[in-house]
Amino acid sequence: MSSVLHLNVVTRVHGEGATEVRALRDVSFRASAGELVAVMGPSGSGKSTLLTLAGGLDAPTSGTVSVEGVDLATLGNGGRARMRRTSIGYVFQDFNLIPALTAVENVALPLELDGVRTRTARAAARTALDEVGIGDLADRFPDHMSGGQQQRVAIARAVVGDRRLILADEPTGALDSETGEDILRLLRVRCDAGAAGVLVTHEARHAAWADRVVFLRDGVVIDETGTDAAEGLLESGVTR
Amino acid sequence: MSVKQALLALLEQGPRYGYQLRAEFEQRTGSTWPLNVGQVYTTLTRLERDGLVEADGADGEGHVIYRVTAAGREEVAAWFTTPVPRTQPPRDELAIKLALAVTMPGVDVGSVIQQQRSATMAALQDYTRLKRDGGNDLAWGLVLDSLVFAAEAEIRWLDHCEARLRRAALEKPAVPAPVDAPEVAR
Repeated sequence: MSSVLHLNVVTRVHGEGATEVRALRDVSFRASAGELVAVMGPSGSGKSTLLTLAGGLDAPTSGTVSVEGVDLATLGNGGRARMRRTSIGYVFQDFNLIPALTAVENVALPLELDGVRTRTARAAARTALDEVGIGDLADRFPDHMSGGQQQRVAIARAVVGDRRLILADEPTGALDSETGEDILRLLRVRCDAGAAGVLVTHEARHAAWADRVVFLRDGVVIDETGTDAAEGLLESGVTR
Repeated sequence: MSVKQALLALLEQGPRYGYQLRAEFEQRTGSTWPLNVGQVYTTLTRLERDGLVEADGADGEGHVIYRVTAAGREEVAAWFTTPVPRTQPPRDELAIKLALAVTMPGVDVGSVIQQQRSATMAALQDYTRLKRDGGNDLAWGLVLDSLVFAAEAEIRWLDHCEARLRRAALEKPAVPAPVDAPEVAR
């Protein structure tokens, strides 16, 4: 079964000599279509490093990171940037919306940067905003939205253009517990609809929305719970 | 668990017989704490003895119908306006297990913690799945949330224990001396 994301024996070392830090050590990790995987660990466990490697924002010291079968190291900077606009969606704790753009403009941006015509991009963005339940707020600016609404915009931006890998870094960190749960519900729906999701969090209650929970300590995967990928696929994809 | 108060509260909504009480209790709590009918009737007998309910004849099929008395209503009102006492924490097997594990040589406390964390996380995933599929039953939803938050608290506590153990190990690299060594020179 092909994985949307595959880290194969990945090591990432920052610095060298006495100040050397091994952020990840021989980590192998997969996320398949239709699956939401949570990565849990304390600060310094390597979970954010794992996510930046998966998103092509950083490169491993050794090992390979593949997205939809393509080894990111074989792409140039331009190729990786294109991959981030077309295949990989990122959701951050602090939303990272551009304040001078409306919701629909924020969501359409990655498509427009990729050369999609404005009208087509905006239409796709409106659909994506509808899907996360805030189609009526499309023309608002981020400053005029609540935190929960802004994170919905960020999720719409992460999935627009049919991207199949969603990487979420503590996406509920700044939200109250009910709003945070709505966001997880949305991520869950996107994964049930066929995307692969990776959720980095230190909150067990949020990790519990995932099919699998991977525990990281000191850059090493020490344990894993939940259904395996094949079962996850059966539940969410094949039986539909 | 306060079966007594729960049954009284249900009876306040109108006269009922034992099976009905059990069904309504389990509907609201999602069968999280199953009641057997014997337990329900024993409790009703005790409530009747204490003057909090009274038997009020039988229906066509011979079920004894109970209704709440004025004293029973007062008891229900008092229950809802008084916090649940926390003075006697229930015996917590996990806390006891860890308290013993850290003092016993040869027990790998780290793996005790991780095994428990995985098991509790699996339970938390199950509760979350039930929530997702559970629809809109408010009472049962709140009970599920209670289980979710309790499991989360346990995992947070395990994370905390692990961090404390790591710090202790850094500060004192040697294994702590066992307690049963009184003749060690000072």
